[in-house]
Amino acid sequence: MQQLIREAEKNDRIFLVVGDLGFSVVEPFAEKFPNRYLNVGIAEQNMTGIAAGLSMEGYTVFTYSIGNFPTLRCLEQIRYDVCYHNQNVKIVAVGGGFAYGPLGVSHHATEDIGIMRSLPNMVVCAPGDPVEARDVAAEAASKSGPYYIRLGKAGEPHVHQTSRVIEWGKFVEVLSGSHTAVLTTGGVLKYAADFLAAHKPHWGLYSVPYVKPIDMEGLHALSHRYEVLITIEEHQRSGGFGSAILEGLHDIDEKGKLLRWPKIYRKAIPDVFLRVAGQQDYLRSISGVFLDPDDSR
Amino acid sequence: MTSILLAKKIRRLSLDMVHRTNASHIGGAFSVADILAVLYSDILKYDPRDPKWSKRDRLLYSKGHSCTSLYAVLMECGFYTSEVLDTFSQNGSSFTTHVNHNVPGVELSTGSLGHALSVGCGISFAGKLKRSDFHTYVILSDGELDEGSNWEAILFAGHHKLNNLTVIVDYNKIQSLGSVNEVMNLEPLGDKFSSFGWDCQEIDGHHHPSIFEALKKDRKDDSKPFVMLAHTVKGKGVDFMENQLLWHYRTPNAEQYALAVKQLDQT
Repeated sequence: MQQLIREAEKNDRIFLVVGDLGFSVVEPFAEKFPNRYLNVGIAEQNMTGIAAGLSMEGYTVFTYSIGNFPTLRCLEQIRYDVCYHNQNVKIVAVGGGFAYGPLGVSHHATEDIGIMRSLPNMVVCAPGDPVEARDVAAEAASKSGPYYIRLGKAGEPHVHQTSRVIEWGKFVEVLSGSHTAVLTTGGVLKYAADFLAAHKPHWGLYSVPYVKPIDMEGLHALSHRYEVLITIEEHQRSGGFGSAILEGLHDIDEKGKLLRWPKIYRKAIPDVFLRVAGQQDYLRSISGVFLDPDDSR
Repeated sequence: MTSILLAKKIRRLSLDMVHRTNASHIGGAFSVADILAVLYSDILKYDPRDPKWSKRDRLLYSKGHSCTSLYAVLMECGFYTSEVLDTFSQNGSSFTTHVNHNVPGVELSTGSLGHALSVGCGISFAGKLKRSDFHTYVILSDGELDEGSNWEAILFAGHHKLNNLTVIVDYNKIQSLGSVNEVMNLEPLGDKFSSFGWDCQEIDGHHHPSIFEALKKDRKDDSKPFVMLAHTVKGKGVDFMENQLLWHYRTPNAEQYALAVKQLDQT
């Protein structure tokens, strides 16, 4: 939100539309730019249609809500009004994955990446820490077309130095390693960094804030460099980040440019709903979203 | 061109398009024809040489299945030629059988019901913020008022007093599987809009002076959005199509086409 305020200070076309969520988050924007802030109430379909209409009149519109509400609840408005018309609407969801774990399945955003990345014109982002979130927000504000930005909860720990600049669309190398590399998207980055520090200091670690389009150049390079790639995400196994990596490698292979297929392990939710309460790390532990030193065998 | 003549041309072109391509939805295309004719003859500000002219009024056509009438009126008003319109529903044509924004003069692709009014609210809201003079019109079918998203938007427009927004309901009383009253009764529809903070007027949607009088009123000093409930007849203009559910779907055969042409030419 701080970055969005900075962008709105520079660009008087930036507009924020919220679906009556964002207590203690959206207020600074609303107070500073009352004519570019709109709370449409608990009505996500209308929120998204209104955002498309505002965009058609020249605004760059950020919609904001929790979990599945700004995405799945209004999926057809996103597909048809936003993506088909290629509007400047940037959908921001907080609570990606299990960030709101104890709240239950309604608040687990665990299918969103797969659904959003299947939509033409949509850029899909899942920043891994506040530095990535800052730079993704800046890019989304400056580039035209639809974006989906999947955030954790406020207060995620830093992994990168604040001086680091995240390049649009590129993998972010956190640790250079050998033999095995872990690829993460979203807030699971910090967990992976801690795991490697404790157990596998020689592995590589790459954060992938841009899931679509996937960094094909970066993927090509990693496939040469590492024998094993492990993807980890708070998302269903089907259609998500790991799938994007597999598809990317396949597309490189199809063009005859892949020298070898690395061994790939995907750490993701195995096509189930988690019907129990639990903190984020607990839900990861019971759904397969965790790293195991044996994966590199 | 008078609105009466324009309406006649709209119906004839729609009939030709539907007949030529085996398309559906002629009933809804005929029920809305007079509304479109008055709008494009006497109400809307537009420039066919500059379809995106910033001062144009915005017309969002939510009942995208009745596309033939909109495509016809835009051709008659000079947005493209009849040769271009002849590509309707052909391979590679922008003239899809639900309204497509890649056609000049079309603001919004529709076809999935319950979308255009929210977009219209966004456009109207932006117009007020920018203090623009344009007015936004959204044409809804009656059946699509079953969609909850429309009521989200109706609530929003009333709350924000969008007096630069007009909704026109083509209230032909028939939806996909039966009469509106049988499938999902909307009545008292005017009271529903009024209670959501709208000004409402019910008119005969085929009587051009009534349509004109309702739409021409300057609403700049009003504090509410406006809805015109246009009571219409599905299939209006061809007697065997009028008020018949079947003509939501059916394509006229050669004999029916000839009879319809004859009736439309006589009006």
